[in-house]
Amino acid sequence: MSVFARVSEGLAAVLALALWAGAGAAQTAPPARVVSMNLCTDQLALMLAAPGQLISVSYLAHDGAVAPLRDAARALPANHGLAEEIYMLQPDLVLAGRYSTVATVAMLQRLGVPVIRFEPENSLDEIEGALTQMGAALGREAEAEALIAGFRADRTRLAASLRDARAGTEGPRAVLYSARGWTGGSRTLSGDILREAGLRNIADELGLTWGGMVTLESLLMADPDRLILGQPGRSPDGWSEARALLHHPALRHSRAYRAGVAANDRDWVCGTPHVLDAIARLIDETTP
Amino acid sequence: MNRLLVPALVALVALLFLASILIGPASVPVTDSLSALFRGDGGPLTLVMRELRLPRAVLAAAIGAGLGLSGAVMQGYLRNPLAEPGLLGVSGAAALGAVLALQTGLAAAFALALPLAGLTGAFIAVLVLALLAGPAGGALTLILAGIGVSALSGAGLALVLNLSPDPFAAQEIVFWLMGSLADRSWSHVALALPFIILGCALLLTQARALSALTLGEDAAASMGVSLGRLRATVLLGTAAVVGAATAVAGAIGFIGLMVPHVLRRATRGDPARLLPVSALGGAALLLAADIAVRLILPGRDLKLGVLLAILGAPFFLMLILRTRFAQNA
Repeated sequence: MSVFARVSEGLAAVLALALWAGAGAAQTAPPARVVSMNLCTDQLALMLAAPGQLISVSYLAHDGAVAPLRDAARALPANHGLAEEIYMLQPDLVLAGRYSTVATVAMLQRLGVPVIRFEPENSLDEIEGALTQMGAALGREAEAEALIAGFRADRTRLAASLRDARAGTEGPRAVLYSARGWTGGSRTLSGDILREAGLRNIADELGLTWGGMVTLESLLMADPDRLILGQPGRSPDGWSEARALLHHPALRHSRAYRAGVAANDRDWVCGTPHVLDAIARLIDETTP
Repeated sequence: MNRLLVPALVALVALLFLASILIGPASVPVTDSLSALFRGDGGPLTLVMRELRLPRAVLAAAIGAGLGLSGAVMQGYLRNPLAEPGLLGVSGAAALGAVLALQTGLAAAFALALPLAGLTGAFIAVLVLALLAGPAGGALTLILAGIGVSALSGAGLALVLNLSPDPFAAQEIVFWLMGSLADRSWSHVALALPFIILGCALLLTQARALSALTLGEDAAASMGVSLGRLRATVLLGTAAVVGAATAVAGAIGFIGLMVPHVLRRATRGDPARLLPVSALGGAALLLAADIAVRLILPGRDLKLGVLLAILGAPFFLMLILRTRFAQNA
């Protein structure tokens, strides 16, 4: 490290940066067999990994209902986050989420497999950090920088289109409503998506800054302008009272439902640049 | 006192019905609630009153009445004070039928499949109970048969819910085993109410026959009671009530046990009088329990079965004790 630092001192700033990246790669070769075991690290890795670098993704990444990059993921074998199956893939790096099975991660680390854990992103700003972390983990810093630059430019463009759409008026009062009555507050990624789309989140009025359960009665009494239903079309087979709640007649007869329902789909699940697609659609749908 | 029993129960049910539609997470003045209910200004309160609280109260009254009545009928027919649809697994079997209809998509393709599947499950369970421990079988045989039916239907329920592709389904075994009226709608009322009314009407026609049966099967037959028709009507009526009720609200236990027991002395143990007052008593008890779950844990959907089992299980144990004393005496 000290040799490396001394070398870089003697060089011009621009050259130094280029050498940093080059020397870094030379010192620790980028991982060649990367396994991801979390839906959101799957998406980030699929966007940034070099061809052939990522060798397995989580089984959820194959489900188009929750994974924006399903087609790319289906080219790779799926894993179910079990220590044994992941170890057998002989990875030189495992990507896990903060809340991925703790026992599995501990087991892999005991077996000497390097594991990098990613925090879930709770805002659009944190997506940049996640991209940077993934770029560093895969040795694809330049690709990550390019993606971040594109993400920033798209955000700026969306903000401009929102200003045009709203023309100085206050945005509609909206609420997220998912199975079992779950709503996302302003401190979550979903809440940030609402804010970026110029909507006022009712969860804040109800005191749920992180989100929580809202009874149908409380939701109706709050009288939102817009309803963003959580994946009402998810898993068309089977039945649960939790999802049936989203089809309750009282909800369907509400003012917000009649104004048109925006669905909270796969672009909302993980903190990736795909959330901008969700925001663009929201702005579009809530502009009179 | 007996003459006042029916009017008193009717007044109690009316009072509890009113309380039920006035209590909810949104605390609104009574006058505003009632004006929103009757006049309807098209605002959110009207929606809450008409589409959430009213169907919930209607279902509580109807299901409570049906369960109270079917408990009284089962106790009269099996001549056993321990008989009750929830305890003996009839509700569990109805829940299994309903869950099968929902998970296979049958209920989505054909709405009436839901109550009919619940009815079928309940019918099979009552039939098994009647065959294993009919009027001639003792209390012990009945309870053992009930344990068997309960265990089997509970396991089937867990299996079907765990196999469901819906990730939320497996967590809902509590709803199906404990019952809840949270977020019910008029579509639930439309599915269940006709079957509950039909079942209750069938069961009430057997009041005289059940009175005669207290004298024994031979005496009843000599009084012109057709035992075959009695059995068929009791089976169908109970299955219709319990099946439809369970299909929309989950298995709600102990109402059929407690209500006839409390009212038996006031009706001098005569099934003909016990049946209608048990229906009223059941409606009052379920309305009260549904109000209590909303007051104890507002907005958290405490299941009805939790509260009713806390009240009802000691009752059941007391009845077992009394049966033992009666045997020893």
